Amino acid sequence: MNAVANPVSREVLFSWLAHVMDPEVPVVSILDLGILRDVQWLDASESTAVVTVTPTYSGCPATEVIAQMIREALHARGVSKVEVRTQLSPAWTTDWMTPQGRDALRAYGIAPPASRAPTPDGSQVIDIAALMPVKVIVPCPQCDSRKTRLLSQYGSTACKALYQCNSCLEPFDYFKPH
Amino acid sequence: MTAKFEYLLRLGDNCLVLSQQLSAWCGHGPALEEDLALTNTALDLLGQARLWLSYAGEVEGEGRDEDALAYHRDAHQFRNLLILEQPNGHYGNTIARQFLFDVWHQQLLSGLCQSSDSRIADIAQKSVKESRYHVERSAGLMVALGDGTALSHERMQGAIDKLWPYAHEWFESDAVDAQCAQEGLCPVASSLADPWRGSVKAVLARAALAMPEGAGHQKGGKRGLHTEHLSHLLAPMQVLQRNQPGAQW
Repeated sequence: MNAVANPVSREVLFSWLAHVMDPEVPVVSILDLGILRDVQWLDASESTAVVTVTPTYSGCPATEVIAQMIREALHARGVSKVEVRTQLSPAWTTDWMTPQGRDALRAYGIAPPASRAPTPDGSQVIDIAALMPVKVIVPCPQCDSRKTRLLSQYGSTACKALYQCNSCLEPFDYFKPH
Repeated sequence: MTAKFEYLLRLGDNCLVLSQQLSAWCGHGPALEEDLALTNTALDLLGQARLWLSYAGEVEGEGRDEDALAYHRDAHQFRNLLILEQPNGHYGNTIARQFLFDVWHQQLLSGLCQSSDSRIADIAQKSVKESRYHVERSAGLMVALGDGTALSHERMQGAIDKLWPYAHEWFESDAVDAQCAQEGLCPVASSLADPWRGSVKAVLARAALAMPEGAGHQKGGKRGLHTEHLSHLLAPMQVLQRNQPGAQW
């Protein structure tokens, strides 16, 4: 393994990680997903890179796979030591997803998340009665029809809901706002 | 043993026990969508349990990690609420249990976001977002099943009536709760009672279900006094690590 040519900037480190894809949704990078929070050298010697990521869901099984993929991506660039740190706060939100990430999701057949409506007073307590039935218009990623319906609040993974288009009849995943 | 450690065990054990319960539905749900939803909820809760129990182990400072706490304690050392260890029963029982818990859990986590302990606040801010989806779903199912057919209505009313005696343990404050609330680690347990009753009442009304009278009297889980169901639940969860301590994938 070759030693890294000095100096490697933070921007370059970020660009090296921009190709690490989410293992569950392999068209979106960890950068576009908004879970890559920071990369920097641990010290001036530039031998250890510290990568800070935030989990999407606390039980997401992809988290450990992603940490491994990050280590491999940087090892391949000659970074000998990689430390992956998990940061819980501020909690991940789909609002951190980049426009490119949203486009890639749509092209892949997954409806991108709506913007997350803040609660009026900023608190996290929700008025359950007011929420029912859940009304969100999710355009079909296949035909753009707005006539779609919720099949299940949870799809193939915790971060997705299952919808069906009433126009083209295709079922599709919806990346839930979080 | 500090109050904070005990309190963290309660938070973690609630999530762990309910997660284990819901996992039993994997492959047995009444419909594929329900199967997926319940197992995803179980996964969220397992993730939350790991965060709480890892922190509990650090606070205790005796070298126990999340696995040691999950797999190497016996039933009397668990601190989960009694309602969570009640059997899955039919699907209506599982949903009713989930609903009563989700409403409380969502409100508790919202309060914990303001904890004086930054690690507790961080974990709560992560978890509370997940709990929003849990409660939306379980409340929606309560309405669909409660206000469904004559049979589903009857079963849901039976499920609520059966669980009601267990649905107040979370509002009772003991020395651990009182100390943690005083230190600003958590909200005062009883302060969640009125918001919980309000939300539950509203959903039950829409579900055409009667809200049972009175407050529950079953308690003891927070002190390790459990019903017989917990041991049966822990046995299959712990057997591998008890037979092969430290075994890894």
